[in-house]
Amino acid sequence: MNLYTSPALGPSDASVERIDVQPVHSPGASNNPLYEKRKKIFPKRAEGRFRRFKWLVMLITLGIYYLTPWIRWDRGPFAPDQAVLVDLASRRFYFFFIEIWPQEFFFVAGLLVMAGFGLFLVTSAVGRAWCGYACPQTVWVDLFLVVERFFEGDRNARIKLDAAPWSLDKLWKRVAKHATWLAIAVATGGAWIFYFADAPSLAFDFVTGQAALVAYSTVATLTATTYVLGGLLREQVCIYMCPWPRIQAAMLDESSLVVTYNDWRGEPRSRHTKKAAAAAQPVGDCVDCNACVAVCPMGIDIREGQQLACITCALCIDACDGVMDKIGKPRGLIAYATLDEYDANMALATNGSTTAIDPVRVRNPDGSFIDKIRHFDWRVIFRLRTLIYFGVWSAVGLGLVFALLSRDRLEVNVLHDRNPQFVLESDGSIRNGYTIRLLNMIPEPRTILVSMEGLPEATMKISGITDVPGRLFAVQVEPDKTLALKVFVTLPKGAVSAEAADFHFIAEDRSSHEKDSYSAVFNTPGARK
Amino acid sequence: MAEKHIDELSGIETTGHEWDGIRELNNPLPRWWLWTFYACILWAIGYAIAYPSIPLLTNATKGLLGYSSRAEFAADLNGAKIAQGGILEKISTSSLEDIVADPQLNQFATAGGAAAFRVNCTPCHGTGATGGRGYPNLNDDDWLWGGDINALYQTIAHGIRDPADGETRISEMPAFTDMLKQDEVRQVAAYVVSLTGTPRDPSMVEPGKQLFADNCVACHGEKAEGKRDLGAPSLADAIWLKVHGEAEIARQIQTPKHGVMPAWQGRLGDVAVKQLTVYIHSLGGGE
Repeated sequence: MNLYTSPALGPSDASVERIDVQPVHSPGASNNPLYEKRKKIFPKRAEGRFRRFKWLVMLITLGIYYLTPWIRWDRGPFAPDQAVLVDLASRRFYFFFIEIWPQEFFFVAGLLVMAGFGLFLVTSAVGRAWCGYACPQTVWVDLFLVVERFFEGDRNARIKLDAAPWSLDKLWKRVAKHATWLAIAVATGGAWIFYFADAPSLAFDFVTGQAALVAYSTVATLTATTYVLGGLLREQVCIYMCPWPRIQAAMLDESSLVVTYNDWRGEPRSRHTKKAAAAAQPVGDCVDCNACVAVCPMGIDIREGQQLACITCALCIDACDGVMDKIGKPRGLIAYATLDEYDANMALATNGSTTAIDPVRVRNPDGSFIDKIRHFDWRVIFRLRTLIYFGVWSAVGLGLVFALLSRDRLEVNVLHDRNPQFVLESDGSIRNGYTIRLLNMIPEPRTILVSMEGLPEATMKISGITDVPGRLFAVQVEPDKTLALKVFVTLPKGAVSAEAADFHFIAEDRSSHEKDSYSAVFNTPGARK
Repeated sequence: MAEKHIDELSGIETTGHEWDGIRELNNPLPRWWLWTFYACILWAIGYAIAYPSIPLLTNATKGLLGYSSRAEFAADLNGAKIAQGGILEKISTSSLEDIVADPQLNQFATAGGAAAFRVNCTPCHGTGATGGRGYPNLNDDDWLWGGDINALYQTIAHGIRDPADGETRISEMPAFTDMLKQDEVRQVAAYVVSLTGTPRDPSMVEPGKQLFADNCVACHGEKAEGKRDLGAPSLADAIWLKVHGEAEIARQIQTPKHGVMPAWQGRLGDVAVKQLTVYIHSLGGGE
């Protein structure tokens, strides 16, 4: 893959507008106060392939978030028909054809482990892609900027409006913008609560004022956070609040793709290329038009190198590619590149760091790049580190799939009475008490056969089910419920030994051929176990 | 601040603070962060005024809102009591059979009875209701005064040989010291042992059987199976409450010991006694 070539070199008409912009977040600043007033950022609209990709990601992620609770999924009469539902009241989590009970929460933990390793994998391969494309903060800020541009215009118009004194025009634009932001924020908070209850009925209750207080307070909280974080704080969240940029920095290595300004071909930058060329001064590809700074939502200058504030949204690549097309130079002055290839190309341009960057070193006399220039090699994605991440990620994933396919939907748990351990009956027989819990984990009523395996002389009674001793009983278990049974097992006098005896309780559904057993101990006087 | 210093490596100004040659870079915090910090201080001051906070010599400031965690706890308890009110009312007006038949009342009464049992009954009957020497095990199927739910209720409500309760269960085994000779007592003891085991001297069983028929069957029954109306225990089963072995049986015949259980209705009230009854009945020996 070659990121540095333009499909067609355009006319070499160098009428590139130079944008008057200073990076807001620049590590080199001096004469700083201890606390700094926030400087406003007015990101210019970018056009290009990464912008188009980001539109697509925004559409998909927002679509998933807002629409998922409204998807229906038929589970029969005894379970909710919402495809994705976190039912906190009855402690069930529904995800399409999967139903998770609290004791199966390891599935969710496993998904979190997968999300973690997935993030490590993506970060080590393509850098802070999460920050740049998929993070909710990025997506919602992007959405809020669309609203801002719709009402207030692009960068220059917004700067002008911001500096202008208050007027009716400014007032309505500001009111309309903030009102739309608030509407989006309410919709965002509103969508969240639908994951926790039946969406259509909750929507009706919510609008008619009958929903629970926690629904309103959740919506209010998420409305406030969406509005404040997405509309007002924006880049401040990424730079000052979020721990993730600091952690992600540790995940990157010299083979990770990051948004890079290739100063080996850009420097020395010049605004007057023709004059400089005429004066036989070395000239790089960067025309210092500041387009990359103007589009940056974080207010940085990527030409100062990789930095904490860069979320790698790649909009500067789009902006720079547009300029390169215009002046007829190959794309990729700002591009996704690894540190390895950047270092190699820098070494070429500076003759191994012995001189300043000299564009002539990396070019042929006709202006094209020399063959020694290193380009991105997709094979570095498949290096030991990413393979290990991928291995762990898929091992956890396969483990979860296996656990899901092999999990029981009928379970029996047994708890032996602690006190008393055994009871002597008047006829000399010995009785042990157990609490048996039957778990019917499907949303259908079931007839479960409870029986004993082992202790052939023993009989059992189940409180509230039968007073007649036997070894096999049928009990009804409600759909998606557990049933606790108090069971007394009696061993006749002649069969009592001094040893504690092992046996099993069996729960069986004959119609579905599901069976589960649980080992139990029968204690007798003199037994030591 | 000390004189300006620019860090050579990063090109960033330092704050002028230095520790053993390590200087602090001045990457300024955003000012809104500072305001957030001040807002938190203001909040803390307001909080300290609104809630109990400042310790004094003997107590602390009360706070404008008059909040107290003890009062909140009391309110919580009260709320729980009110929530239980309906179900306790139902237990009060329902018969024991109805309580057992209703799953909700049954569960509540069993849990409430278990709690009351821990507080009031464990000193004699033990935490697992297994009793001990002289104190009956309530898990088994051997009942002196009857094991059906109404008999249990009667026993718990009015006690056994409780002089303070007019309806208490009363019976007394006579002391046979004067009525039977020493030999005869040993013969009766040998016979009683023979019903479930092997006496030391089998030749004493026959005369003992005759003596038993003459003196004991009125209360203990023809087959020594006991009589619940009189609280007379079965002597033909595997369970021995007070005595173990021939010598102790002989001693019991001569100078009988009697257990006493207090009446609980006056102390705990009818609702608690009903719950205790349901709990005891659920332990496995209930009839």
